Amino acid sequence: MNVTDYPLLRDWLRVGDGGLILRTGKVDLGQRISTALVRIATEELSVPPDRIAIAPVRTGDSPDEGITSGSNSIEQSGLAQRLACATARIAALALAADRLGTTPDALDLDDGRVTHRGTNRSLDMVDLVAALPEDLPVDRDAPARVLPEPLPEFEPRGLRAMVEGRYTYVHDLDRPGMLHARVLRPPMMDARLADLPQDIVAGLESAGLHLIRDGSFVAVAGPQEWPVVRAAERLSNGCRWDIGDGLETGDIFQILAAREAQRFPVIDGTPKKAPLPDPLASADFDARFERPYTMHGALAPSAALAEWRDGRLEILTHSQGLYFLRGSIADSLDMAEADIVLEHVPGSGCYGHNGADDVAFEAALIARAIPDTPILLKWSRADEHGREPLGTAMAVSVQAQVDGKGGLAALWMETRGDTHRGRPRKGANRAGPARLSANSLRDTDVPRFVPEPNMNNHAGLHRNFDPIYTVPDKRLVKALVADLPLRPSALRCLGAPANVLAIESMMDELAAQAGEDPIAYRRRHLDDPRAVAVLDALEVMLRDRPMPGEGGGRGIAYAQYKNAMTRVGLAVDLEIAETGEARLTDVILVADAGRIVDPDGLRAQLEGGVIQGASWALHERVLWGPEGRETLDWDSYPVLRFDNVPRIAVHLLDHPGAPSVGAGEASPGPTVAAIANAIHAATGLRLRRMPFDADAVVAAALQA
Amino acid sequence: MLTLRINGEDRRINSDPDTPLAYVLRDELGLKGTRIGCGLEQCGACAALVDGEAVLTCSTPAAVFEGREIVTVEGVSALPEGRRVQDAFVAQAAAQCGYCTAGLVVAVTALARAGAAPDREAIKQALAPHLCRCGSHPRVLAAAEEALS
Repeated sequence: MNVTDYPLLRDWLRVGDGGLILRTGKVDLGQRISTALVRIATEELSVPPDRIAIAPVRTGDSPDEGITSGSNSIEQSGLAQRLACATARIAALALAADRLGTTPDALDLDDGRVTHRGTNRSLDMVDLVAALPEDLPVDRDAPARVLPEPLPEFEPRGLRAMVEGRYTYVHDLDRPGMLHARVLRPPMMDARLADLPQDIVAGLESAGLHLIRDGSFVAVAGPQEWPVVRAAERLSNGCRWDIGDGLETGDIFQILAAREAQRFPVIDGTPKKAPLPDPLASADFDARFERPYTMHGALAPSAALAEWRDGRLEILTHSQGLYFLRGSIADSLDMAEADIVLEHVPGSGCYGHNGADDVAFEAALIARAIPDTPILLKWSRADEHGREPLGTAMAVSVQAQVDGKGGLAALWMETRGDTHRGRPRKGANRAGPARLSANSLRDTDVPRFVPEPNMNNHAGLHRNFDPIYTVPDKRLVKALVADLPLRPSALRCLGAPANVLAIESMMDELAAQAGEDPIAYRRRHLDDPRAVAVLDALEVMLRDRPMPGEGGGRGIAYAQYKNAMTRVGLAVDLEIAETGEARLTDVILVADAGRIVDPDGLRAQLEGGVIQGASWALHERVLWGPEGRETLDWDSYPVLRFDNVPRIAVHLLDHPGAPSVGAGEASPGPTVAAIANAIHAATGLRLRRMPFDADAVVAAALQA
Repeated sequence: MLTLRINGEDRRINSDPDTPLAYVLRDELGLKGTRIGCGLEQCGACAALVDGEAVLTCSTPAAVFEGREIVTVEGVSALPEGRRVQDAFVAQAAAQCGYCTAGLVVAVTALARAGAAPDREAIKQALAPHLCRCGSHPRVLAAAEEALS
C-alpha cells in the first residue's frame, strides 16, 4: 500500500491558490487517471473540480509510486488519495465542529462548504484542510463517504485544450536557447558505427550544427528543427554500420519452439521453482496459438527535453517510471540520484514501455555534451518503429481432456516467449543501464541485459495464463526464452492477449464439441458469482440482437484481468469480405470494475482496449531481416483505421461496496479471442496465429 | 521570401521554402497545435485546412502552399463550424492522449464546411487517413455525427 511509504496527509494532499493540490506518483498517459483522482477528491471532500489541481509528477517531490503500469493506478494511487481525502474530511469536520461550537453530526457538506444545520453558518472546506496539522497521518481505516447519488460527469482534464490544439506535449516544449536534436538510428541494438564520413561531419559543423559522439551513439543538434532533421538524414545515409552476423531470421515460432527455455510450473497464477507437471497421456483438444512481435506504436515518436547545468541534469520526459529511470541514468553516468531531476510532461499514449526512457537518456547524453543548453530530442518515426522495445512473440500450447459431459476435466498448457521485463530499473548486473539502449552503443562497460524470470502472480508471460475456469486437473508451464532476435519489454496486457486467445478459443471449441451455447458452457465452468453476472448481462444484451447473416459471425470471450481485476465479457460481430478481410460491425461488452470512480473514463478505457485488441488481432506484426527491422512506418506496419471501427456498446455493472479495480488492460485480450471465435463462426476456420488479416484468412481457407 | 496566408493573415516566412509546412507552422510561427506524428503524411496528426480541405502538412514543402488559404487548428476555433466540432468532441469526450485530436478536429471541420451530411460509413472513410492509437475512434465518430447532423 502506497500510504505505507508515504504515511502523511501532506504527502498526498496540500492546499494552494485557494484550492486543493493532489499529489500522485502516477502519470497521465491519456488514461484519465488525473480526472479519476479529482473525482475521488470531490467525492470525499465535496470540493468542486475547478478548485482541484494536480501537482506535476517530479522526482524528489512526488511520492514514488513505481511505474504507471499494470492497470494499477486506481488501486494504488486512487486508494491512497481516497484514504488521504477521507482522513482530511473527518479531521476537517471535527475542526469545523469545534469552530462552530457544535458536533460533526450537525454539519452538512456541500459544494466545498461545511454548514451547521442549526445556524446556517458555514466554513470553506479548503480553508479547513489548510488548517489541519502538518504531521497528520493518513488513516488507513478512514471510511469512504457515501454519496446519495453518483457525482455527475465532468469534463476530462485537458480535453478542451486538446481539441483546440493548446495541449502541451514534450514535443511542443520551447526554451530560450534551446537546440533541437536527432540521433542516428543503428540498424540493430548492438551495431557498431564503422565509418562516419568526415566530409559530411565537416559540412554539418560549418553549417553551425553540433555533432555529438560517444562510441556508436551519434546525435546532431541545432537551433532549428528541420535543418537538424535533414542533417541527421544526410549523416545516416553516409555512414556505415558493422552488424556482425546480423539478426537471426526465419519463422519466429520455429525459433521460439526450438530454443532452450527456463521452465516453471505455474500454480494459482504463480510460477514456482518446482518439478514440472507431466503432459496429458491423451488429448481431446490439442492446439498451439501464436502471437508475433508487436509494437506499442505510439502516435508521436518518443521525445525528451534535457538540460545540464552545474553538474546537474533536469529531464522533462513522458516516461512511465520517473524514479526508476532516474536511478538508471544516474548509474549510467556515474552521478548521484540527487543531482538528477525528472519531471513528467505528457507524450502521446504509450501502451507500455516504448522509446520514452531511451530517448530521455539520449537527451541527457546530448545535454551533457552541450552544457547550459536545453536540448529537445525527438525520435523520428523510423527511430520509434525501428528501436522501440516490442511485445515479445509468444506461443501458447494447449492440450485438454473432457469428461463424460463434455466439460473440462484436465488441462496442460505451456506459455512461451521472451521477457516482458525490459524497463530500466535497478537489478542484478546493472539491469538499469543495461536496459537503456544507448548504452549498447556507447563505449561503456555496461553488461548485456539478461532477462530474469518474473515469478510474481499473473506477471509477464503468465498473465491470465491460469484459466479462470474450474478445471479439476490443471498442469501449467511457463517457459522463458532468451536471446530471441528482437528487443522485448512491457506492452499493454503483457502475456494476457496470447493466453486469453488460447483459453477462450479452446472454450469455444469445447462448447461446440459438447453441443452447448458458448456462454452457457463458460458459465458452468465458473464459480465466481460476479463472473456469472457479467455473462448473464451479456446474454441479455445479445438476446435482442439478430445473429450476423451469411458471411458473418459472432464470437464470445470472457476474462478477468489478472484473474483479480476488471471482469469483461464481450461479443464481437463481424463479416468476412470476399478478400478475406474481417469487417467489424458490433462489439457488445459488459464489465465489472468494482466501485466505479469515473464511469465515462472507464467506458473510454474499455472501448480503447477493444480497438487496440482488434488492431493486434487483425493487423499488427513486426517484420525484420538480417539488417534490422523492416516495418519502419505505418504502411509496412498497418494498424486498425477508422474505416473498420465497429459500434461498441458498453454496459457497466457497478458494485459500490467493492474495491475499485483497474480496467485499462481488461478488454484487449478478450477482444482478440472473440474476433478469432467470430471468424470461426463466419467461416468455419480456426485461426491460431495472429494477425488474422486477409492473407491469413485466405491461406486458412485454401488449406481447409 | 515566401509569404503564406495562415489563419486569415499574411505571414512572411524565413524558413527555407523546402521546409515542410508543419515545421514552419510549429517551429517558426509557434502554431504547435499542428502535430507531427510520422513526417511521412501517413498518420493524419498534421492536418490543416487548405482552401477548406483537410490536407496533411508534415512532408509537403511550405512553398507548395503559397497563395492558398491555410487554417490551422488554432484558427479552427474562430470558425462557427470549427467551434461546433470542438464542442462535439468535448461533449463526447472524444480523446484520450489527444495527440491525434487536433488533426481529427480539422478533418471533421472540413466535412462540416463542405456542407453535406455524410452518413456514418462516409465519415469512417473520410477519417481513414487519420490514426488514433488510444482507441477513441467510436467517440470521434459520435462527435462527427453530432457536429455534422
